[in-house]
Amino acid sequence: MRQDPERCPAREAPALLRARGLAKVYKSGGGSVEAVRGVDLEVGVGEFVAVMGPSGSGKSTLLHVLGGLEPATRGEIWLRGKRVDGLSPSAWAVLRRKHVGFVFQFFNLLSTMTVADNVELPALLAGASPKQARKRREELLEELGISAKADAAPSRLSGGEQQRVALARALANEPSLLLADEPTGNLDSANTRDVLRLLRRAHAGGQTIVMVTHDAKVASLADRVINLFDGMIADDAKVVPAPRNKATVRNFLELRG
Amino acid sequence: MRQPLLALLAKEPAHGYELKLALEQTFGQAYPSPNIGQIYVTLKRLEQDGLVRSQDVAQDSRPNKKVYELTQAGREQLAIWVTEPIDGPRVRDEFFMKLVLAPLAGLADRMELINSQRRHYFGIMRNLMDMQASMDSATPAARLLVEGAVLHLQADLDWLERCQEELV
Repeated sequence: MRQDPERCPAREAPALLRARGLAKVYKSGGGSVEAVRGVDLEVGVGEFVAVMGPSGSGKSTLLHVLGGLEPATRGEIWLRGKRVDGLSPSAWAVLRRKHVGFVFQFFNLLSTMTVADNVELPALLAGASPKQARKRREELLEELGISAKADAAPSRLSGGEQQRVALARALANEPSLLLADEPTGNLDSANTRDVLRLLRRAHAGGQTIVMVTHDAKVASLADRVINLFDGMIADDAKVVPAPRNKATVRNFLELRG
Repeated sequence: MRQPLLALLAKEPAHGYELKLALEQTFGQAYPSPNIGQIYVTLKRLEQDGLVRSQDVAQDSRPNKKVYELTQAGREQLAIWVTEPIDGPRVRDEFFMKLVLAPLAGLADRMELINSQRRHYFGIMRNLMDMQASMDSATPAARLLVEGAVLHLQADLDWLERCQEELV
């Protein structure tokens, strides 16, 4: 791939996350499938990066490997200046508790716990006092507009509300990095807008976000879009708003009659 | 421009400036209306063709204004327009031609063409999303126009992805 000025933008902030030659091979039967094939990337502190690509391009696998949910087959991962690709699953779990929040397409809330307990649990696991955990939970639910649902079971909530709870849970320990896998993939357009507004607000507050999405509307709100193809980065560029005269409705639709 | 003016006049007689305002209110800032000159010219032609007729209405301390109304012939033509399905190309595209032909002559690399076009689309998408975020008080027609543009752009991006899969 040739280099050009917009590609792999120079990072103004120090890199929070770095991957070098990252690969993930799945063995199945006699053969093997290489889902991620040599990815190099850097994500700066406070950056909001979207990862796009066709189904099967390896985008979800990449996110899972970056967050330690699945081990890398080859390559290096550096988080906050420390190499983490060799960590054991339990060491990863400890690291995630403090430094990596995850949001999934299907929310993955604990169905037997209330909304409040779902959000408090990560703080308690990370060693916060019950009082601190409750305070943080109250702040987050308030900020995300779901305080009224604190005592409800997740199953009583709409998809959009459940995703807001999942976001609150992911942000509970003020992680260095928020990884989001198709966070709007299961939401209608009104709920998508709400969740996006919240992600943008978190980003404006300095949260570093890496988000996998197949939705260009969602990706266009990021600082930067990485395009994966066949497990490799095909493009990596900043989102630069188009000149106003190129982005009018009339460039797409000419009403006639 | 002819049919929309006939359609507005079918609702009630109006003068040129009122027609311009009605278009602006309905379709919103996202879709700027034609200038007043174009509207006057179109009305004049519609009158020559017998589809509308005008009447001078005197105003206090200002020049007379011409109020237009639909004729029977105008009403009939409008009815045809309203019920006819729409033919013709819905999308004009120039990029595809470039993508297919330019690499044949060694003028460009397909992956680079796709990437630079995709970046451009993302920039436009960002603008449309910002536009959408500031439209809370807009009419449903105005909001749907922006949504239509977003959906077309999504189709363009999907097409680009298919081109990447097949041609690169």
